[in-house]
Amino acid sequence: MNLFTEIEELIINQIDDAKVTIHDLTGTGDHLGLTVISDRFDGKGLLDQHQMIMDILKEKFKENLHAVQIKTMTYQKAKDRNLLGE
Amino acid sequence: MSDKNPFEILGTDKISTPGGTPLQETNTSADLTERITNIIGSANIVLFMKGSPEVPQCGFSANVISILNNMQATYNTFDILSDMDIREGVKQFANWPTYPQLWVKGKLVGGNDIIMELFETKELQEVLDS
Repeated sequence: MNLFTEIEELIINQIDDAKVTIHDLTGTGDHLGLTVISDRFDGKGLLDQHQMIMDILKEKFKENLHAVQIKTMTYQKAKDRNLLGE
Repeated sequence: MSDKNPFEILGTDKISTPGGTPLQETNTSADLTERITNIIGSANIVLFMKGSPEVPQCGFSANVISILNNMQATYNTFDILSDMDIREGVKQFANWPTYPQLWVKGKLVGGNDIIMELFETKELQEVLDS
C-alpha cells in the first residue's frame, strides 16, 4: 500500500467523518501536504486539532514520513473557504 | 508603534527587526525535564528551532523567524541541532514530533503551519501578547 493511502486510512480509522486530501509537496513522496476536514475539530484550538493528526501520524514519522504540512478545519470552515465544491 | 519616526513609512527596521536571542543555558547538568522547563520559561516567547535567528538551518525555522521579526517580537531561541537530549526531550515533553516549536508563556502554540495560519488570520499578535 502506498504511503498516501496508508495515511488516509490511518486518519479515517481514528476520525470517521474525516475528509482527507493529500498532496506530494516535493515529488519525493515523503513531504506531504495534508488537509483534514472534520467536525471533530469543532470547538478545539488549532494546536489541539493538529495534535490529533500528529498523534495519528506519530509512528509514520519514525518510518518513512519526513514532513507534513497540516491544515485542519471543520466542514463549516471548509465551506466558508470554498473547499468543498458542490 | 505610533511613537516611531512618522516619516519612515516602510522603514526596514520595522519590517524585520531581529528580535531573537539564542539562549545560553546556565545549568546543563540539571535533569532533562528541568532543563526543558528552564528553557521554556526563559522568556515569554521561546522558539525551538534548527540553527540560529541569523542562520536558520531549515526553511520552516527561517519562516517562523521572519514572521516573528516582522511582528517585532522579542524572543529567545534554542538550537535543537546543538543538543540531542533537548532535541528528543522536547518532542516527548510537548507531545509534538517536529521543529520549529513556538512556546508562549510556557504553552506550546505550534509549528510552522499553525504560526502561518495564525499570521494569515491576524490572530498571531494576540497569541504573542497573551
